[in-house]
Amino acid sequence: MFYTLAALLLFQCLGEVIVFALGLSIPGAVVGMLLLFVALLSFPSLMAKIEESSHHLLKHMSLFFIPAGVGIMVTASGIAQHWFALLVAVVVSTVLSLLVTAASMQFLIARQKTRLHPHGTEISETNEVAEVKAINDASEPK
Amino acid sequence: MANTALTSVWTYWSPSPLLAISLTLCAYLMAMWIAGKFKFSPLANPVVMAVALVIIVLLFSEISYADYFSAAQPLHLMLGPVTVALAIPLARQLPRLRRIAFPLGVGLVLGCVTAILSAVLITIYLHGSQTLALSIGPKSATTPIAMGIAEKIGGEPSIAAAIVILTGAFGALIARYVFNWMGVSSPEIRGFAVGLAAHGIGTARAFQVSQELGTFAGLGMGLNGILTAVLAPALVPVIVSYFFR
Repeated sequence: MFYTLAALLLFQCLGEVIVFALGLSIPGAVVGMLLLFVALLSFPSLMAKIEESSHHLLKHMSLFFIPAGVGIMVTASGIAQHWFALLVAVVVSTVLSLLVTAASMQFLIARQKTRLHPHGTEISETNEVAEVKAINDASEPK
Repeated sequence: MANTALTSVWTYWSPSPLLAISLTLCAYLMAMWIAGKFKFSPLANPVVMAVALVIIVLLFSEISYADYFSAAQPLHLMLGPVTVALAIPLARQLPRLRRIAFPLGVGLVLGCVTAILSAVLITIYLHGSQTLALSIGPKSATTPIAMGIAEKIGGEPSIAAAIVILTGAFGALIARYVFNWMGVSSPEIRGFAVGLAAHGIGTARAFQVSQELGTFAGLGMGLNGILTAVLAPALVPVIVSYFFR
């Protein structure tokens, strides 16, 4: 647990340093996430060490949103005036992004299948699915 | 009321995060218990309920948000390492990524740009405020990433957090009807699109349907988090400053 926490914090620090040094406008934690991603692929032993305890952290990710979320009690008055714009933007934009993502993928996958695999590709990697599921089950960030 | 008692206890302990963290943890556990009673329905979101519980306690005990937030900093700071930890499920899913890399990549870029641009432009078109326009840009990214982006580009992280949760709850609710209407049945596409548009709440919902759907939703959520972090700081301030000169 503490090994994992130390590793995660270290990667975040690295990310923050890079963001500061290069003057990027990406959050440092996201750069840290990319660095960890590369590190995990390069050193599989790191994955074995931090994977299990990170499940617990990701499983209860919602907890850490609460302090910032409570800020709505202060900012609510700022949104209240624009509730209509907010609601329409969220509803329309969410439906649009679902539509655009699904439509473009469906078009390209259909084309890929007819071109490369005339008989279609069946998913048979059940072990892999189960493994990935186990990880994702533990991480349901909101 | 016990207001005065709680307030004096708070003043006594106010430099220490003890009370704020205890309150937040209890609210979280209670919200999880209630969500469990509703079989984790997308309408009974644990974060929304926990936030409401904390607000009720703060209002009754007349504690200001600023006092609470500075005391709850240790919990808030954990958003950083938790964001970093999202790399772990993502690295696990890499083999699945490779097989349909091209359609996933195109869907990701188009979906991400659509989510950012449509939200910002609709807000501006309907005369929303500048802060709202800056905070709504990263709405499809998962909460810690969206809050980090909003903070970085001059939006309000707490407004961004509220919008992100609203987006997730709505996306998780509506996705099935959108896909059925479109005639999309492939679990890769349904999962990836719902993860991209409705992040963690959509992903949690997808796992209730099937393992495969959830796996691809997790992938969509992770990749869109990264791409939104790259694109939103580049796109949103430019559009907003163009319309709010």
